[in-house]
Amino acid sequence: MKNVFVVLMLLLNMLPYVKAQKIKGSDTMLPLSQKEAESYMKVNPSATVTVTGGGSGVGISALLEGTTDIAQSSRKIKFDEKRKLQAGGKTVKEVVAAYDALAVIVNPDNKIAGLTREQLEGIFTGKIKNWKEVGGDDLQIIPYSRETSSGTYEFFKESVLKNKNYKNGIMSMPATGAIIQSVSQTAGAISYVGLAYLNGNVKAVGISYDGGKTFVEPSVKTTKDGTYPVVRPLLYYYVAASENKVKSFIDYVLSEEGQKNVSDIGFITLK
Amino acid sequence: MRKLFGRIGERAAEGLFALCGSMTSIMILLIVVFLFREGLGLFRSPEIENGYALCIHASNPVERLSPQSVKSVFDGEITDWQELGGKNGEIMPFRFDEIFSLYSEEELGADYSLLSVKLGEVIERNRGIIAFLPEQYLPSNNMSVRILPVENIAPSDFFGGTEWMPTVTPAPQFGVIPLVLGTLLVSIFAILIALPPGLGVAIYMSELADERVRKLLKPAIELLAGIPSVVYGFFGLAVIVPLIRKILHLPVGETALAGSLILAVMALPTIITIAEDAMRNTPKAMREASLALGATHWQTIYRVIIPYAASGISAAVVLGIGRAIGETMAVLMVTGNAAVIPHSLFESVRTIPATIAAELGEAPSGGTHYRSLFLLGCILFVITLTVSVSAEIISKKRHDSGQ
Repeated sequence: MKNVFVVLMLLLNMLPYVKAQKIKGSDTMLPLSQKEAESYMKVNPSATVTVTGGGSGVGISALLEGTTDIAQSSRKIKFDEKRKLQAGGKTVKEVVAAYDALAVIVNPDNKIAGLTREQLEGIFTGKIKNWKEVGGDDLQIIPYSRETSSGTYEFFKESVLKNKNYKNGIMSMPATGAIIQSVSQTAGAISYVGLAYLNGNVKAVGISYDGGKTFVEPSVKTTKDGTYPVVRPLLYYYVAASENKVKSFIDYVLSEEGQKNVSDIGFITLK
Repeated sequence: MRKLFGRIGERAAEGLFALCGSMTSIMILLIVVFLFREGLGLFRSPEIENGYALCIHASNPVERLSPQSVKSVFDGEITDWQELGGKNGEIMPFRFDEIFSLYSEEELGADYSLLSVKLGEVIERNRGIIAFLPEQYLPSNNMSVRILPVENIAPSDFFGGTEWMPTVTPAPQFGVIPLVLGTLLVSIFAILIALPPGLGVAIYMSELADERVRKLLKPAIELLAGIPSVVYGFFGLAVIVPLIRKILHLPVGETALAGSLILAVMALPTIITIAEDAMRNTPKAMREASLALGATHWQTIYRVIIPYAASGISAAVVLGIGRAIGETMAVLMVTGNAAVIPHSLFESVRTIPATIAAELGEAPSGGTHYRSLFLLGCILFVITLTVSVSAEIISKKRHDSGQ
C-alpha cells in the first residue's frame, strides 16, 4: 500500500516534465494503439505514449485544438475537418496503420449464404422485411445496428447503404459484444461487426458488390487480396509541423514488429 | 477555557453544516438551471445541420421544405417535386461530397478557390436538383441558384415529432414522443410487476418471519441493491431476453417486457426495505389493541398495519418508480433501443436515459444534437419531479384523513 503511494507521488511529480506523446480518437483503434504504445515503450524506455478513446471525431477535433499529437480515426478525415485544420494553419498528414473489414453476420441457423449490396441496403433501410425475399426461410428479418456514436455505424452507412439512412426505429445495441449476443440468440437477426470479433456463435455471409455475380466471404485473405468489398483503413493523423515528435512511433507501427501487433489484435496488416 | 473552545467548536460545526446545506441547494439549483439553459438552446438551432444550406434551381417554385420532407427527399422516398408543391419533375438530391467525383482536385483550383463556381455550374445544369452545401462554398453569385431559407427547430417538431434520428443529414429528426412513451411504458410495467412480490416480502419480513429468517433475508435483499446495473443488464441480455423470445414465440427478445422485468428486480430492494420499515413502525399499542379486540393476525395486518403504513408504502412505490425511470445501463442492454412508438410490451423500445447515455459521447459539444440530449434530460427531470410531488401530496392526504 505504502509502495503504491510512493510510486503515485513520484508519478505525479514527474508529470510536468515528461514530454508524452498523446494519441486520441477512435474506440475501434483503441486496443491497437494501446498495444502499439506498450510495446513501443518497451523498446524505447524513455518515451511515454498515452492513448485515449472517445471516437474518431473527438480525436480529430483534439488535433485541431492541439491537445493531442496523433489522432486515431476509423474513417477518413472529413472535408470540413480538413478545412478547419487548414484555417488554423496546420497541414495534416495521414498514415494508414492497418485495415479493418466489416463482416455481415446472421444467426448460425440461417441458411442464407450471400447477400448483394442492394439487398443489404434494402434490409437495413427497412424495404426488405422477410428472409424469403432474399432467398431464405419465411422469417422476419431483424436488423441490429450499432449506436449512432459509433464510427462503424457511419462507415457501414456510407459504404453499404450509400449514405441512405437506416430504417426508422432500427434495433441499436451499445457494443459489439451485445450485437454478437443478440444475433446468436435471435433467429431472424442480421448485423455487422469488425472481422476480429467473428466467432462460432454467429455466421458471416458472403457479400457481392457486383449485383450477385460473385459472393466473397470475409477473411484475412480476401481482405488482403482486395476482393472483399467492405474494408476500411484505420488511420493516424498528425500535424506536419510535429512530425519529428511522432515519427518514431509511427515508424514503429509500420515496422514488422508493429504490424505483428496489428494481426495479434485481429486487424489486417498493410502487406 | 475548555468551555470556550467547546463553544467555538459548536459554532464552527453549526456554521459548517449550514454552509453544506446551502451549498447543496445552490448546487442543485445550478444543475437545474444549466440543464434547462442548454436544453432550451435547441430551439435556437437551425433545422438543418449547422453551417450548411440547401440550394435549388432558381426556376423551382418551392419556397420552403419541412425537415421531414428534406429527410425523405435525401432518403429517396420522395422523388418528384410535385409531391412537395413544385412542378412535375424528378428530384435530384446532391450531397456536397459528390462534387469530388465530378471534378478532380486540380479543376477545383488551388485552395478550392473554384469550388463554389463549380457547384454553381452543377446546380445550373440540373433543374431538379436539391443540393446540400456548406455555407462557405455557396454559389451565391450564380443567378440560377436559389438558397432555401432555414428556420430554427420548432418546439412542435420536438415535442410532437414521432421520429428520433438525431444524426441524419441534412435534416436531423428530433421527435421525442417514442422516447417518452418508451420510458413510461417500461417504468410503469416494472412497478406493476415489482409491487405485488415487493409488498408480499415486506409483509412477510415485518410480520410473519421469525427473527432468524429475517436476519438472513434482509442482508440478502440489500445485496440485491448493491449489484451494478450493468451486471443486471448483461444477465438480462444473456438469460431473460432469449427466455422471453422462446416462451412467447416472438421474433425478438429485446422488448419492453425484458426491460420491465429487469427494472422490477432492481426496484425490489427499494420497495421492500422502505415498505418494511413503514410497517414495523406501526405502534405496538395499535397491534395489541387490534389483537385484543379479537382480530386475527391476518385481519390485523391488512386492516391495521397496512392502512397505517400506507404513506410509507406509497413512498416506496414512488422511489421505486424513480429508480426505474432513471435507470440507464440495464435498460440500454435489454430493450433493443429501437426508437419507435411502442404498441405493446412485446416490442423494442428506447428510453430517455438510454438515449442520453448512448449518444452523448459523440454528440459535438454545443451542437444541435448535444442540446437535444440536454432537453431530454429536462423532460426526465420534469417527469421525476411530477412523480415525487404527487406522491408527497397523496401521502399527506392519507395522513390528514386517516389519523
